[in-house]
Amino acid sequence: MTALLVAVRKDFLLQWRGRAQIIAIFAFGAATLLLFSFAIGPDSVALRQHAAGFLWLGLLLASTLSLAESFEREMEEQALEGLLLLPASARALYYGKAIANCAQLAAIGAALVPVMVVLYDAGTIRLLSLLGVIVLGTAGLSAPGTLYAAMTAQTRARQTLLPLLLFPLVVPVLLAAVKATSLLILGDPMGQLRPWVSLLVAFAVVQWALGGLLFGRVVED
Amino acid sequence: MIAVAAEGLCRRYGRRWALTDVSFEVPEGALVMVTGRNGSGKSTLLRVLATAIRADLGTARILGHDLRADRDEVREKTALLGHRTHLYEPLTALENLALVARFLGREGRRSALLERLAEVGLSDRADDPVQTFSAGMRQRLALARVLQQEARVMLLDEPYGHLDAPGFLLVDEVLRRLRAGGATVLMATHLLQRGRALCDRSLVLDGGRLVFAGATAEMPAPAGADGAGFAEGA
Amino acid sequence: MGVPRGPAPKLLVALGAVLLCAGSYWGLAKAPGEVFMGDVQRIMYVHVPTAWNAMLALTFAFVCAVFFLFTNSWKWDNRLEAAMEVGVLLSLLLCTQGAIWAKPTWGVWWDWDPRLTTTAVMVFAFGGILALRAFVDDPMKRAVWSAVACIVAFADVPIVYFSVKWWNSLHQAQSSPETVSKAFHWPLRINAFGILFLWTGLVMLRSRLAALRLRSEIAPPLPERPRRAGADTEASGSAW
Repeated sequence: MTALLVAVRKDFLLQWRGRAQIIAIFAFGAATLLLFSFAIGPDSVALRQHAAGFLWLGLLLASTLSLAESFEREMEEQALEGLLLLPASARALYYGKAIANCAQLAAIGAALVPVMVVLYDAGTIRLLSLLGVIVLGTAGLSAPGTLYAAMTAQTRARQTLLPLLLFPLVVPVLLAAVKATSLLILGDPMGQLRPWVSLLVAFAVVQWALGGLLFGRVVED
Repeated sequence: MIAVAAEGLCRRYGRRWALTDVSFEVPEGALVMVTGRNGSGKSTLLRVLATAIRADLGTARILGHDLRADRDEVREKTALLGHRTHLYEPLTALENLALVARFLGREGRRSALLERLAEVGLSDRADDPVQTFSAGMRQRLALARVLQQEARVMLLDEPYGHLDAPGFLLVDEVLRRLRAGGATVLMATHLLQRGRALCDRSLVLDGGRLVFAGATAEMPAPAGADGAGFAEGA
Repeated sequence: MGVPRGPAPKLLVALGAVLLCAGSYWGLAKAPGEVFMGDVQRIMYVHVPTAWNAMLALTFAFVCAVFFLFTNSWKWDNRLEAAMEVGVLLSLLLCTQGAIWAKPTWGVWWDWDPRLTTTAVMVFAFGGILALRAFVDDPMKRAVWSAVACIVAFADVPIVYFSVKWWNSLHQAQSSPETVSKAFHWPLRINAFGILFLWTGLVMLRSRLAALRLRSEIAPPLPERPRRAGADTEASGSAW
């Protein structure tokens, strides 16, 4: 347990030191939201209807940058190997990294909400629920994302491989998070939010469990 | 007691066997020079013993623990100073050391860590991020990081690496202190004269095979004139 | 590492091809047309067996992945590679068949049927793993990583299916070729076994290819093997 806390602390510290990157990734996300509106056209009704989709697509694209970057520091001087040899538990290192990645993505997601509100006229009173959905969705993205980022950071075509591997896998997150966010923005008269949130939870539970089990094999020789 | 006992270690990279049938024993407290030409397998051997990479064939025991079966115990008892520094560039020197202390379950008190940095001559750069360090400074910090682990078996790959003349003396001093403390040290180096002066035992590798294991005094002279011989250091 | 020879795979492929031809001829030409849908429905005689076998192939890939992680034996990696390729191929065929059925039936090439949509996602997921394999040079890393990715992708399949099903159920319920009543089972079964033998034989052949390639990538075992106390990671026996 202490190893996990040390790992989380290490990853948050690394993120803090690299906060300029995080701001740049947020800017990238905001830019994609802008581009989506250009793709649809100045049709406020259509934009509002699809706002949730744009938000999550933007976040998904931003996640590839964020996740890939999270392992740059680990690989450049083989710092991750250095920790594994102490010995530090691979599982603790994985969960530390995944938690930090989740927090970072959730922060970027939350920061993109005002952008979404402004560009698509898509706000919601239920801000806390929206934040909850963002946290659950980014949890679903960051668990497999951390696992695959660890792999692809050691390969040649890392920038193409990470999204190629991650995107098909996180289709359930995309579907559920977009649906849930849409219900919060456009209204949920029939109370359909629950099953989508449950899907997000189920996905996150499975992926976090699998990631912890498999990470060791991915980073050890 | 035998600190390191290797039997038939083999490791391949693709089509090439980097280590072939390496067997030797090192008693506790010994200071061993591991030498050979570039590509002879020195780094590979140290990395295998540190469990950073697996041996494809063969076994080894470090202080009685098997590399494969008791990997975590081996990791506890060994420390590797490799070619990469194992440092986090955005973190400061102190933070890198504190990380090691905390993962090992020890308290990372600032005063103790500063002492460690003083040992390697970096106390005035304690709060600077590693990315501002020169290569020599990174090497010193990597050395401090390895010392921080307080391991019984030290595996040092080219510890003199990027260092200047005072740095060389620093490493000499560190080695003497480790020896006095009873640690076992396997040091890969090209600096034969220095190695001969400090190490009483040697292992010589050539093309992945162990061609000599024994007292440094009896080590065969390196091939010189053919241009592919050992490099003589300061 | 022995690469087996034997005629078994080629016989399987031949047998499979024969059965597939027989079953297809029966279903596509001889069996009476379906009452409501007409001749388009005949695609079910090929579509349903393809669906079963695609799922079977990918399940076998998953099994190979698990076995590889537990045994570290190269033969499971060779089979994994073969099974994934065959699985992706069959899944692509499935999507194509689905499109061929959808166009005359619904007027669009794709109707977001949960099963087909899940299959499309699987094509990308497992295709991505095949791409990963192409970019990793070290055979051991390549094997471990693709096994890990295969396990994660396969575990995802049921979740993908349910999420697409719920997502699509909000719209008009679509049907797919196999939801219509099946009048004749025999062409179906013959084709199912035909495709089964076909892909099993192909997997065996492809595994041999993978074993041969592995041989050229990894150094052969040392001539004088030292007596060792610990286990080694070399596979004993066949490696396909």
